[in-house]
Amino acid sequence: MTQHSSAAPAAAVGVGDPVLQTVGVTKSFGGVHALKGVDFELRAGEIHTLVGENGAGKSTLIKVLTGVYTPDGGEVRYAGETVHFRRPSDAQHVGISTIYQEVNLVPLLSVARNIFLGREPRRFGLIDVGAMNRRARELMAELGIDIDVTAELGRLGLGAQQMVALARAMSVDSRVVIMDEPTSSLESAEVDTLFRVARGLRDRGVGLVFVSHRLDELWELCDRVTILRDGEWVHTGPMTEMTRLDLVAKMLGRDIEEVRAEGATEFGSSHLQGGEPALLVSGLEVANRLHGVDLTVRPGEVVGLAGLLGSGRSETVKAVYGALKARSGEVTVAGRKVRTGSVRGALASGIALLSEDRKAEGIVPDLSVRDNIALAVLPRMSRAGVVSEARIDALVDTFMKRLRIKASSPDQKVRELSGGNQQKVLIARWLATEPTVFLLDEPTRGIDVGAKAEVQGLIDELAEQGLAVVLISSEMDELVEGADRIVVLHDGHVQAELDSTDLSSSELLAALAGDRETDSQTSTQAEGQHA
Amino acid sequence: MSTTMVDPATSNAPESALANRARFASLVQRQGALAIFVVVVAVASVSFDSFASQGNITGIAVQASFLAMLALGMTFVIMTGGIDLSVGSVFALGGVLAAWGAQHGTLVAFVLPLAVCGAIGLVQGLVIARGALPPFIVTLAGLLFARGLLLLLSDEGATTYKVPRGSSFRELAQGELLGIPYPVILVVVFFAIGGLVLHRTSYGASVLAIGGQEDAADLMGLPVVRTKVLTYVASALLAGFGGVMIASYTSSGVTILGVGTELEAIAAVVLGGTLLTGGAGTVLGTLVGVLLLQVIKNVINQIGSLDSDWQSVVSGTILLLVVTLQRVLTRGDRT
Repeated sequence: MTQHSSAAPAAAVGVGDPVLQTVGVTKSFGGVHALKGVDFELRAGEIHTLVGENGAGKSTLIKVLTGVYTPDGGEVRYAGETVHFRRPSDAQHVGISTIYQEVNLVPLLSVARNIFLGREPRRFGLIDVGAMNRRARELMAELGIDIDVTAELGRLGLGAQQMVALARAMSVDSRVVIMDEPTSSLESAEVDTLFRVARGLRDRGVGLVFVSHRLDELWELCDRVTILRDGEWVHTGPMTEMTRLDLVAKMLGRDIEEVRAEGATEFGSSHLQGGEPALLVSGLEVANRLHGVDLTVRPGEVVGLAGLLGSGRSETVKAVYGALKARSGEVTVAGRKVRTGSVRGALASGIALLSEDRKAEGIVPDLSVRDNIALAVLPRMSRAGVVSEARIDALVDTFMKRLRIKASSPDQKVRELSGGNQQKVLIARWLATEPTVFLLDEPTRGIDVGAKAEVQGLIDELAEQGLAVVLISSEMDELVEGADRIVVLHDGHVQAELDSTDLSSSELLAALAGDRETDSQTSTQAEGQHA
Repeated sequence: MSTTMVDPATSNAPESALANRARFASLVQRQGALAIFVVVVAVASVSFDSFASQGNITGIAVQASFLAMLALGMTFVIMTGGIDLSVGSVFALGGVLAAWGAQHGTLVAFVLPLAVCGAIGLVQGLVIARGALPPFIVTLAGLLFARGLLLLLSDEGATTYKVPRGSSFRELAQGELLGIPYPVILVVVFFAIGGLVLHRTSYGASVLAIGGQEDAADLMGLPVVRTKVLTYVASALLAGFGGVMIASYTSSGVTILGVGTELEAIAAVVLGGTLLTGGAGTVLGTLVGVLLLQVIKNVINQIGSLDSDWQSVVSGTILLLVVTLQRVLTRGDRT
């Protein structure tokens, strides 16, 4: 039933030969093309990183390689032979192991059990617990980790659990190990151990795929890189021939020279008004995500938040809004302290958040435009629990005109509106609460060009009226032209603060990449120009 | 077992206090029922002269053996994170089929009920594992189906099938070896095998893994569907065999048996320290849970002045007590 040691090996693969490949692999989900003919090649004895922004197709490709998804087209080759993985166990049986971001083991079972689940050593047909524990101990010793192998896995720290997952991969004599963001929950000492083990595996001729949002790690560990964007292959090459700037530009799809030319957004000039900061954030910390973020926004100012995925952009605004529990730090609105960790407290203080995922966290598709707009102000629009219909009608009418929401009537269901108009309905909802500070997380994502321009114009208008705006965007143009100031986040802390008046997209890119040298140049440059 | 956490990265003073607490909690989780069982038996032995008599003890053991069979299967089902509500009806159906079968020979009395009950378990298992339907609903359907089939066979209880006089089938539950009744021996053997299967076979490992984290079990390449199907088949077979035993014991097929017995089996499993969410537990704990329920019944019968309805009241209270204790002690410890 179950093989004793490892699975049937295919033909021998020498170091440097391709061990796992995809050729023109396509995969779509309900009309959305996640992979559009991707070629990928992993060689034996190398550590290969896959890079791309959210939605680039990275995770889909990994799931195809590990048998979680079957590709719609193209083929997967293992040791030179075409393979058809139907389920994860198919990939595992030929020698492909995966280590996931979330530990995918069984917390209630012992460490040794987890390492050998499905391949336990036996004697007389029964599991030989003694031998299992002994071999688990040997493996852990080989990894240089001191863990009681009979302890329940769930009682160990996340880092230790990740090591157990790695030990499991080693115990099957895998020829391919795929690591999908294995370091995201690890402490730096644990990361060192993980890297040491990964290098050891590479030197034994194993091919490793490594995915991480921590760019520094890529140069530290990886030999080659493959970049994906929008489900397409963009680049494959040695890590040493790549600068950080190159990598980020390729990943985001920006031609550095081209961006130097005029922008294409609707943002006008600055409307900065003097006076007290409308929003003051200091030392905001969220466990594992934010390590002390400071932020100041004045009335009429648009402050851009830039950073790569995982840098803590969304987490910052969520923590300010109270939707994410802050470990420490202070938030002040117009001089008054806001109770952190409470959405009600934030709303009462005049903070509004337009969240990144409007489908999941904002819009109620089957309610009318009117009801969607009125949702957040219902408590204020009612007296003794009775809602004043007339006041709501007046309010909805005002906002539909002001934001130019295109709907057949206030009673049309929001589901039937275009993405841009849905977004405007949401903006109207928050404006109705008369906020002092408006946090916008990717307000123009997923809406068409025309509507995008309108939303951008609207943000400009709001600032002009004295609203303090925090704008998160993955689009360089939007930040450079829309924001007065750009705060660059990296790994949960503020990496740089740039005056956007004469900032170019390429300078912003450099700061995003976290390239210290370019970065300091940029800031001095910006400061110099500002002076 | 060592008493300290060995992971250096996480080991410091408050952590090890936490570990001790966790250890104590898991001890209560596993042995809570045993502690209460020992106390109840001790008090009963002192209070009633008749309790500790050989006749009474044997009686308790035989009475408990039927529920034990159901509870053994239920242990595996719950361990996968599932539930089997059909076992009470399947148990009764097995009994009636065995009594009817005994009229056509001892072999038929064994094979017929096991075949029918096994088939019911197979269908339930396939629908649950392949169709990804909730076990609660599927086995509720099984409960109704088996009970209905049973009533059809016995003309709504009007016909009672008798095991023929002198049939060797009666030996199964009425015979004894060295003074120990066969049902008790069977239970000991079955539970020993059950423990071995759970902890020392790859099937058992899969059961625990599925209950602990089904997605992970799947990603690790364990045979999730096969394991679940096997588990529901085993549960139905054990319930059916319990029915065969009771038919032999009473020499007849009693239609009204097994109503609510599935709930007693669940209670025994939970009392025995198996997590209702699956993934952890022991078959030995289940056996203690079964015995505890049976001893409570017996003790209340000994107190002549108490109505036998107090049996359920007391059992229910103790069940609530034990699970609350488990919950309080493991709070924040498991999710």
